[in-house]
Amino acid sequence: MGSFGKPDIVEIETDILIIGGGMAACGCAYELMRWKPEDVTVRLVDKAAMERSGAVAQGLSAINTYLGENKPEDYVRMVSNDLMGVVRDDLIFDVGRHVDNSVQLFEEWGLPIWKQPGDEEKPLSEGGKPVNSGKWQIMINGESYKCIVAEAAKKALGMNNIQERIFIVKLLLDANDDTRIAGAVGFSTREDKIFVYKTNAILCVAGGAVNVFRPRSVGEGMGRTWYPVWNSGSTYAMVAQVGGELTMMENRFVPARFKDGYGPVGAWFLLFKARATNNKGEMYLERNRDMLKDYPPYGLAKVPATCLRNHLILKELREGRGPIFMRTDKALQALAASYEEEFGPDEAKKKIKHLEAEAWEDFLDMSIGQAGVWAGENIEPEKVPSELMPTEPYFLGSHSGCCGIWTTGPSDIAPPEWQWGDKPPKAGEDPEPGQKNYNRMTTVQGLFTAGDGVGASGHKFSSGSHAEGRIAAKSMLSWVLDHRDFTPTLSANTTELAEEIYAPVRIYEAHKDYSTNIDVNPYYITPRNLQARLQKIMDEYVAGVGTMYTTNVTLMEIAVRKIGELKKDSKKMMARDLHELMRAWENYHRIYAGEAHLRHMLFRKETRYPGFYYNMDYNYVDEVNWKCFVNSKIDPVTGEWSVFKRAHKDLVSKS
Amino acid sequence: MPSFVIQEKCDGCKEQDRVSCVYICPNNLMALDKDSKKAVNQEVDQCWECYSCVKICPQHAVEVRAYADIVPMDGSVVPLRGSDSIVWTIKFRNGNVKKFKFPIRTTVEGSINPYAGKPEADISKLDSPGFFNMDSAYMPRISD
Ligand SMILES: Cc1cc2nc3c(=O)[nH]c(=O)nc-3n(C[C@H](O)[C@H](O)[C@H](O)COP(=O)(O)OP(=O)(O)OC[C@H]3O[C@@H](n4cnc5c(N)ncnc54)[C@H](O)[C@@H]3O)c2cc1C
Repeated sequence: MGSFGKPDIVEIETDILIIGGGMAACGCAYELMRWKPEDVTVRLVDKAAMERSGAVAQGLSAINTYLGENKPEDYVRMVSNDLMGVVRDDLIFDVGRHVDNSVQLFEEWGLPIWKQPGDEEKPLSEGGKPVNSGKWQIMINGESYKCIVAEAAKKALGMNNIQERIFIVKLLLDANDDTRIAGAVGFSTREDKIFVYKTNAILCVAGGAVNVFRPRSVGEGMGRTWYPVWNSGSTYAMVAQVGGELTMMENRFVPARFKDGYGPVGAWFLLFKARATNNKGEMYLERNRDMLKDYPPYGLAKVPATCLRNHLILKELREGRGPIFMRTDKALQALAASYEEEFGPDEAKKKIKHLEAEAWEDFLDMSIGQAGVWAGENIEPEKVPSELMPTEPYFLGSHSGCCGIWTTGPSDIAPPEWQWGDKPPKAGEDPEPGQKNYNRMTTVQGLFTAGDGVGASGHKFSSGSHAEGRIAAKSMLSWVLDHRDFTPTLSANTTELAEEIYAPVRIYEAHKDYSTNIDVNPYYITPRNLQARLQKIMDEYVAGVGTMYTTNVTLMEIAVRKIGELKKDSKKMMARDLHELMRAWENYHRIYAGEAHLRHMLFRKETRYPGFYYNMDYNYVDEVNWKCFVNSKIDPVTGEWSVFKRAHKDLVSKS
Repeated sequence: MPSFVIQEKCDGCKEQDRVSCVYICPNNLMALDKDSKKAVNQEVDQCWECYSCVKICPQHAVEVRAYADIVPMDGSVVPLRGSDSIVWTIKFRNGNVKKFKFPIRTTVEGSINPYAGKPEADISKLDSPGFFNMDSAYMPRISD
């Protein structure tokens, strides 16, 4: 038995390793287990318990990607416009043509999906009509969404192929080929054990990155981030560290949400037809509509890009016409009046009660803290409006953002430059033609990703992430079947790996008696302080909330230096127990995610996402020079970054 | 809005095969105190208030108190999660109370049979688009 500081080292061989237990991982498990021959082995590792892990842990009130009768081409057009044109049509189309199948499974497994009157008993798979809150969004009673999806995945995989409470620290390249994945290493957060996995293929789906930027709440409320506080950029950091190419890491998401509780606004706008105004009661969208003309075609679409809508909000806040109010009161009163007119007072009363429940459910299903804020502030939405506020920035590839990893696309749609297999492209070069393509593979052989991991294709959401995990499952299996003779060889021995993981524990043990205050000691830095330092740099130099999302080249160059020093000091993080050891490595991953973001922003000499951030030295969208992907790569040996362009291509017409 | 554990109600799940809140917390916050054998939220400012620990506690010993640095005191949001629905009681600071009940699932927990009635996968289609339960002949291609 290991003890703290003296962990047991366990080696595990598996053909396929799934890192993460969220939507993409669950989709992968489900699809994979149906296809794979008996003798192909699989293992899934999650830092938490799958039943409530990842971004869907507390539930959701809507499935945001369900095509129904819409065409995948229209889905591509919507996503492309929302993300200011620089996206991969092949990946988005591929999600679009697969996603509904996953949603139908969710319903079959027990997820309650709202239906149109008359269709209550009719499943989606038999043509039942859902209740749309927008063109692509359907309403659900989603408190147990994750429990249901995880149950199916766990049953499919079998519990003996699942390990929970394992935090993966890093991926390992093959000793004989530094473009080939061979394993991963992590530790248990519950027992003194280190796990070294040797594997033929990996799906790295550990979610997006939260708390890289200083959050608006820095006291007890620090955990009330909008995206899940526990996803720390592991996906991006770990893939980047083994030389996987990143794409569009300059993209970020800054959602405008109900202030302080970060409750969702979608249903309020779409379902209840609420309007948002400034302090004078003027609709900021109308007042500032001309500003959208500065950004054709993205500002001129029927639904202007999300960042541009933020851009209009920020003008109000900057010029002192805040706060922005969501007029929940007016919306509910208007609906009540129209009900009375249409149905008479008694029936209207019932309907309004129902409406009120729906409004609260929107919070209670996925942002319970917002209900707590309203309770504490005596906010009854039918009586008073509520403040909206743009949040701190987040990195994600599955929600309304598109940062992530550069991958192959589907063989039947992607152009040759987005297809590869045994010979991934070098930085900035095209892949050799004629190789067999494996969909959703990174530029590291055998390393796949999905969900928040795949870059340049946002708006997958929960359903699309599940579907994309299923897509990746098939090509990963194909990879394994085509490479059965591969024997992974690790370049570091397991004791060295264990020592590297436990370094924060060693540092603590060596120096803990030097000072009388465990948090203040010149020989180490606590993970908490390191995180605060990272957040301060990102906030003040890289366009966080502190500067109203503005920066410039000088500021960012200072940030590069400061992050460099922070990286050196990160080697001096300490950990006094396994929980803190996890915090230390999470922060290590956060630094890499933040650094990627910074380097991409510095490279892109324009402001592609006004409203999400402004580079004041280049405060315009430059379609001629910058309608292209910005990609980056770390040399796995030297740790040097290179940042470069890759050409954009429209596969679906955009007019 | 961190979760907290009510001393009197928490029995450390001594009758269970695992400590429920410790098992479920997505952020590894809930821990069993060695001396008192009761659960404690060990890092309250990293709590996402996802309520997973509240919903799962067999003793109803876990509740949430709104963030002290943001929200006025005395409100509360308390769930009671059953097998097919959840009831929420929201108490406002001014004493008003609202109650809501929502369905959570249409099948019995643990009853999912993931591949029942599903087709086998056709391994010759492994490299084609489409899932095992879809007909890949009908997979759309980009047409405009
Ligand atoms: C507030 C909010 C509202 C949303 N609203 C909607 C909505 O209305 N409709 C909709 O369809 N979608 C919505 N989404 C989006 C949806 O939740 C995501 O798109 C989806 O969960 C992404 O799937 P994923 O598998 O990539 O990541 P996740 O589901 O987040 O899974 C990540 C997994 O990785 C694990 N992990 C992380 N790091 C490590 C590590 N180092 N080692 C091991 N495991 C690790 C985590 O524990 C988790 O299991 C919302 C999300 C949030 C947070």
